[in-house]
Amino acid sequence: MLSGMLTITQALYDQIVAHAREDHPDEACGVVAGPVGEGRPERFIPMLNAARSPTFYEFDSGDLLKLYREMDDRDEEPVIVYHSHTATEAYPSRTDITYANEPGAHYVLVSTADADGAGEFQFRSYRIVEGEVTEEEVEVVQAY
Amino acid sequence: MAIEVRIPTILRTYTDGEKAVQGSGDTLAELFTDLDSRHSGIEARIVDEGKLRRFVNVYLNDEDVRFLDGISTKLADGDSVTILPAVAGGSV
Repeated sequence: MLSGMLTITQALYDQIVAHAREDHPDEACGVVAGPVGEGRPERFIPMLNAARSPTFYEFDSGDLLKLYREMDDRDEEPVIVYHSHTATEAYPSRTDITYANEPGAHYVLVSTADADGAGEFQFRSYRIVEGEVTEEEVEVVQAY
Repeated sequence: MAIEVRIPTILRTYTDGEKAVQGSGDTLAELFTDLDSRHSGIEARIVDEGKLRRFVNVYLNDEDVRFLDGISTKLADGDSVTILPAVAGGSV
C-alpha cells in the first residue's frame, strides 16, 4: 500500500524514459519543473550528468545555477527530480538519500538495467525527506 | 558592507522561510559566520572543518567559488552570494 501519488502525463513519462535510455550505460538526470505550490510537473528539463558515470550523477554546477534562476524567474519549482540507475533496481541508494535536498520534490528513478534486452523499464517515484524514503504510486494520464 | 545571500529551500528553516537574507564579511568564511550569528546552525550546513561541504555549491554573483578562492573568496559591497545544494546521487 503506497501513500501519496505522482500524477504525470504520458508525454513527460516517455521523455524521462527516453533520456534514461539515451544516456545508458551512464546515469541520466534532470528535472520536471512546475508552478510553485501546484505539484504539477510540466516543463521537462534534461540535465547533463557532469559525472558521466554509470554509478553516479551530479548536475553541472553552472547549469544548476542557471536552472534555479530560471525556475525562480518563472515562479517554478522542481516538481520531479529524476535520474536513472543503469545496473540496479529503481530504488534510492544510500547516496541518493544522503544528497536528496528537495523535500518537496518527487524523486523519480528509472532503471535501465535490462535495456539490452529492451525489456520493461522500471519507473518508480519516492519522497525523500530527512533521510526517510516513501514510495508513492505513479498515475500516468494523457493530460492534466 | 551588505551582501545579499540567496538561500535554498532546504536551508530556509534557518531563515524563517526567507529566500534571501543580508550578511556581511570580507570573505565567504566571514559571511557564513556572520549569518550564523542570526541564523544559528546554518554555517554547519555549508562549512565543514573550515572548508565548503563537497555537495553544497556556493556562487559569487555567477561564478562557482570553487573556481575562485573557495571559502577564502573575497567579497565586496553589493555582491550577491547564492547557495545551492548539489543535485547528485548514484546507484551505490
